Amino acid sequence: MYRYDVIDQEMVQDRAREFRIQVARRLAGEITEDQFKPLRLMNGLYLQLHAYMLRIAVPYGTLNGEKLRRLAHVARTYDKGYGHFTTRTNLQLHWIKLRDVPDILDQLAEVGLHAIQTSGNDIRNITADPHAGATADELDDPRIWAEVMRQWSTFHPEFSFLPRKFKIAVTAAVKDRAAVKVYDIGLAMRRGRNGELGFEVMVGGGLGRTPYLGSTIREFLPTRHLLSYLQAILRVYNRHGRRDNIWKARIKVLVASLGAEEFARQVEAEWEASDKEAVDLPDIELARIRAEFGREFETLAPRSTVFEARRESDPAFARFVRRNVHAHKIPGYAIVDVSLKVPGETPGDMSSEQMELVADLGERFSLDEVRINYEQNLILPHVKLDDLPEVYEALKGAGLATPNMGLISDIIACPGLDYCTLANARAIPVAQHIAERFADIDVAEGIGELKIRISGCINACGHHHVGHIGILGVDKKGEEFYQLTLGGSGAEDATLGQILGPALPANRVTDAVDALVDTFLKVREGEERFLDTFRRVGMAPFKEAVYAEAH
Amino acid sequence: MPKLIKLTDAGPDWADDIFIDVADEDAIPDGPVILSLARFQAEGDALITSNRPVGVRIEAGEAVEDLAYDLPRIAVVALVFPKFRDGRHYSAARILRERFKYEGEVRAAGDVLLEQARFMIRCGIDAFVPADGSTPEAWAAAASRYRHVYQRATDDLVPAFEQRRG
Repeated sequence: MYRYDVIDQEMVQDRAREFRIQVARRLAGEITEDQFKPLRLMNGLYLQLHAYMLRIAVPYGTLNGEKLRRLAHVARTYDKGYGHFTTRTNLQLHWIKLRDVPDILDQLAEVGLHAIQTSGNDIRNITADPHAGATADELDDPRIWAEVMRQWSTFHPEFSFLPRKFKIAVTAAVKDRAAVKVYDIGLAMRRGRNGELGFEVMVGGGLGRTPYLGSTIREFLPTRHLLSYLQAILRVYNRHGRRDNIWKARIKVLVASLGAEEFARQVEAEWEASDKEAVDLPDIELARIRAEFGREFETLAPRSTVFEARRESDPAFARFVRRNVHAHKIPGYAIVDVSLKVPGETPGDMSSEQMELVADLGERFSLDEVRINYEQNLILPHVKLDDLPEVYEALKGAGLATPNMGLISDIIACPGLDYCTLANARAIPVAQHIAERFADIDVAEGIGELKIRISGCINACGHHHVGHIGILGVDKKGEEFYQLTLGGSGAEDATLGQILGPALPANRVTDAVDALVDTFLKVREGEERFLDTFRRVGMAPFKEAVYAEAH
Repeated sequence: MPKLIKLTDAGPDWADDIFIDVADEDAIPDGPVILSLARFQAEGDALITSNRPVGVRIEAGEAVEDLAYDLPRIAVVALVFPKFRDGRHYSAARILRERFKYEGEVRAAGDVLLEQARFMIRCGIDAFVPADGSTPEAWAAAASRYRHVYQRATDDLVPAFEQRRG
C-alpha cells in the first residue's frame, strides 16, 4: 500500500499544528464559534448531542497494522474504548473533548493518519473498491487513482469552500463494490478501443433528501487527464451550484436543473479552456504512486489440503467460507470479510481490543493490509488458504466471524438519534432488533442475499434509498416512525427504492420486515434474491402483506 | 488614508488604499475609484479615457468573463466575498490570472478572514481588506503554515509531485 514519504508526512504534521493554533484561537475567544465551525468541520470535528465527534479519514479504506493499532490506542485513551466505522470508510469517535483534539491529531499524524476534509464543504475522503488489488475482475488497482485524487484534493485552494460537501468514489472492477452511481462523482474504469485505460465519468449521484443516480457525462476519459477533468467539473460546480438553500446545494441538483447534457457541455468547455498540462500529473509521479501499490505474492498451490480438510469436517467453518470468503486473483490466497455485524450489537462498532486483534492478523496473515468497506465491515484482503482456519479461529474468538455477509443481519445503519443532532429517529436499535429476529443463521442463509439499510433521517447516511429493504426514520409529531422502501440497489445494477406505504411506528418495523420476508419466500422462484423477486412481482404482494396485518 | 494588506515581494505589508469604493447610488468623486460591474459598463469608459485609475467590484454571482476585454485597462478587480464560506471567487481569481493573464491588483473584499489567507494567495489574490482586523504579520504567518502544496495553482509554489523529482 501507499506509504507516506517525507512530504506527505509533513503535510499531516503541519495540519495537526495548524489545528492546534485554530483551537487555541477559539479557546482564547479570537474567533467566534461561527467562524470556528467551518475550520473544525474541515478537520472532521462535529459538535453532537453529547460531545464532540471526531471523524478520522481512512483514505480508500486501506489500513495497515500500525495505523489500526493507533486508532485502537486513540479510541481507548481519548474515547470509550471503541470506534464506529462508517459507510464512507471513516472511523468516528463519538465522545471527544475539544481540548484533546490537537493531541489526538499529533498521535494520528505520527502514523500518517488524519481527519483532513472528513467534513465541511470540500472534497471528502475518496472511497474505492475494497477488493482493489486482490480481485481478479479489475482492470487496474483503483487505489492508485484514489491516491492521485487524495493528494490533488488535499487543501485545494480553489475548492475548499464549495456550495456543499463533495464525494468521489472509484472502481476498476466489473462488480461495483463502491456504489459509484450514488456519488457526486463516480468513476468506473473502462478500456478504450485502442487498449488505453480510461474512466466513465458519472456526475450528480447522491442520496439524501432528493436521491439521484449519477449521469454519465463522459463515456471515456483517458486516465492521464483525470485531474484536469475533475478540476473542470469542480469549477463549474463551485461557480454555479446553488448557495441559497442548503438542501439544493449538492451537485446533483445543478446537474438535474441544467440537464446532464448541458452540464457536460459546460464541463467540456471549461476543460478545453484550461491548461491541462499544469494540472495533470506527470507520468513519473503516476509511476511512483503505482509502484507503491505493488505487491509480491508467493507462488502457492491453488488448493490447500489444510483448508479443505477443515471445510469438510467443520460445517461452521464451511459456512464462514461460503459467506465471508471471496476468491483472490492469486491462486492459494483468499479475501476474508471481518464481520462487524453481530446480531444485537451496533453495526460498524469495534472495540480497541478487536482493532488490535485484526491489526495483528493483518500483519501476520494478510501482507500487513486491512480494508474497510462501505458496508461497515473490515476485510483481510490477502490471506493464504492454508492460514484460513487459524484466522477464522482468531476472529471467532473475538466475535468477528459472524458468517452473515450480505445476509439480512448484515445491516448498514447510521448512528441515528442516539448520537446525531440531525437525526429524526434512532437507527441502531432498529438494526439490532431486526438482526436479532433473524439471528438464526440457517434462516438468514435460507433467505439469501438481502441488504437492509437504515438511516435516522433524510440525509441518508445509512444509504436507505439503495437498500433491498430501506428504512428511513421520520418524525411524526415527536414520535419515531419509519418509512420502508423496497427494491433499491447500490451495486452495478443501481436502483433507487420505491416507497412501500405509510410510515410505521417503531414497534412494527421488525414485524413488517418479517412479513416482507415471508411474502418473498412464498413467491420466490428458484434461488432468486429478494431483489430479483421484487423486480419480477412488483410492490403489490409486499404491500398487501405489511398493511393487511394492520386491519 | 485607509489601509489594506498588499502582497509584495517581501510578503504581506500595509499599503495605502488610494481607491474610493463607490456605491451605485453615490456620485462619482474625483480620483481613483472602484465601481460596480453594471456602473463600470455604463460609465467606466469615460472615466478611463479621462486618465484615472478605475477598478471594478465583482459580486459573487457575477462572471469575471464579462470583464475580459476591459481587463488591460482596469487597475483593480475587487472580489466581494459575501460570506467567508462562499468560495465562488477563488475560481474567479484563478480565471482572471490564469486564463486572462490579468496583471493588475486582485483584491479580496467583504467577509475576508485570516484563515482564508493561504487559499486566497494561492488563487492569485494579492490585496486584502480583512474584516477581522488581521495584521500583515498574522497574514504572513497564516499563509505559511504548510511546508508543501499538492497541486499547482496561480502562485509559484512548487507542488509535491515536482519537489519529489528534486
